[in-house]
Amino acid sequence: MGAGAGSALHLVLSGDPELFAVVRLSLEISLGATVLAALIGAPLGALIALTRFPGRGFILVLLNALMGLPPVLVGLVVYLTLSRSGPLGALGWLFTPTAMAAAQTVLVLPIIAALTRQHIEDLWSEYRDELLAMNVGRLGRVATLLWDARFSLVTTLLAGFGRAAAEVGAIIIVGGNIQGYTRTMTTAIALETSKGNLALALGLGTVLLVIIVLVNALAWAARRTGERYAT
Amino acid sequence: MPIPTTPLPITFDDVSVHAPGSRLLDGISLSLTAGEATAVIGPNGSGKTTLLRTAMGLVAPTAGHISWAAQAAAPISRMALVSQRPVMLRRSCAGNVRYALARAGLPWRQRQQRTTELLALVGLKQVAARPARRLSGGEQQRLALARALAREPQALFLDEPTSSLDPAATRDVEDLVRTIIARGVKVVLATHDLGEARRLAGKIVLLNAGSVVESGPCEDFFTAPRTAAGARFLNGELLV
Repeated sequence: MGAGAGSALHLVLSGDPELFAVVRLSLEISLGATVLAALIGAPLGALIALTRFPGRGFILVLLNALMGLPPVLVGLVVYLTLSRSGPLGALGWLFTPTAMAAAQTVLVLPIIAALTRQHIEDLWSEYRDELLAMNVGRLGRVATLLWDARFSLVTTLLAGFGRAAAEVGAIIIVGGNIQGYTRTMTTAIALETSKGNLALALGLGTVLLVIIVLVNALAWAARRTGERYAT
Repeated sequence: MPIPTTPLPITFDDVSVHAPGSRLLDGISLSLTAGEATAVIGPNGSGKTTLLRTAMGLVAPTAGHISWAAQAAAPISRMALVSQRPVMLRRSCAGNVRYALARAGLPWRQRQQRTTELLALVGLKQVAARPARRLSGGEQQRLALARALAREPQALFLDEPTSSLDPAATRDVEDLVRTIIARGVKVVLATHDLGEARRLAGKIVLLNAGSVVESGPCEDFFTAPRTAAGARFLNGELLV
């Protein structure tokens, strides 16, 4: 165990290009999926928060339930969609980083939409009279509330990023864990574990954990600074 | 139906507003005309806030009719409402005013100058960059007035604008309201502070349990109320 951990540490300290390629790919896929899910999920959540329509209760239950989507199920559905005989097979995305980002986007989207919906609904109850009195239209309300909830939404984005960064079940199905192409931190950890190289897997896991803590620390600092000067 | 360019007069014709289990307004008939400020007074729960929100077009009557310059559609862009505890948007003071100016349709190039003018008018120019939520209660109330004035309203509804303020902040807000009245804006003020009603308003509407008990010129009401309920209210007795 100690030797494995030591070799993991050596890989990090020596700036091993393969390790850093894996780390870079992991970050690119997870951050890309989080940004894409936020661009779709945040306005969607805000719109649901501000709109009353038949079946809204069902949509809310569904959205909350989808936060717990099993990654392997998402992986399977995305795999079938992108496979050669699937509806999007012609895109040729299967076993590419794009497919992995797509799978993670599907996983993260309900988290961002559901949490945004909750934040915006709470803020709307506070802002309602003021915005109606200012004759602000529906899209204007969505934009205003998203902007004014921006610091709360940072936490939502972090929850989404955490889900994406820690995920392995979906991306291993649609990415294939191809060395130098679709291998990420989590799929590498899964591979090393299956090979019995637990210490190296643990070392890689530690690196992943440090990255997640760093990203959260940066987001926390940005949120704190923003709150101090803007609210 | 055309939207009138002025909301005045705002005419209530036997207007009732019901909520489940209660009558917030009950058969209100009155006219809010241009000119002197009107103070809507009455005990808590008498319907003052609902009356203002209905006049603003934010609450639809359950029964009866309300019209703005003889039209059924509320020209909401010509009116503004400042609530008892105005919500400060999570931006700077200047950002709050700029937001209101943008919503009012002022071109982007003119917003900065107008923002400075409005902040100077309400005495907040020095704190333009400060987050609005960090202002004192009185400053927030003045910023809310600046935001309301950004719409260049012809009718301004003020809901208990000084109820949570200390005397100094109350004086500042009242001075500002006088300036607004002097500019020709019709101010309709809901308050349970008789002194404030007397200081600011030329007309009085006394509400109790959602109904108009008495209305008329302010001085007449304070010197010789026409109704027994009005006299009791002036004497500080409870209207139940």
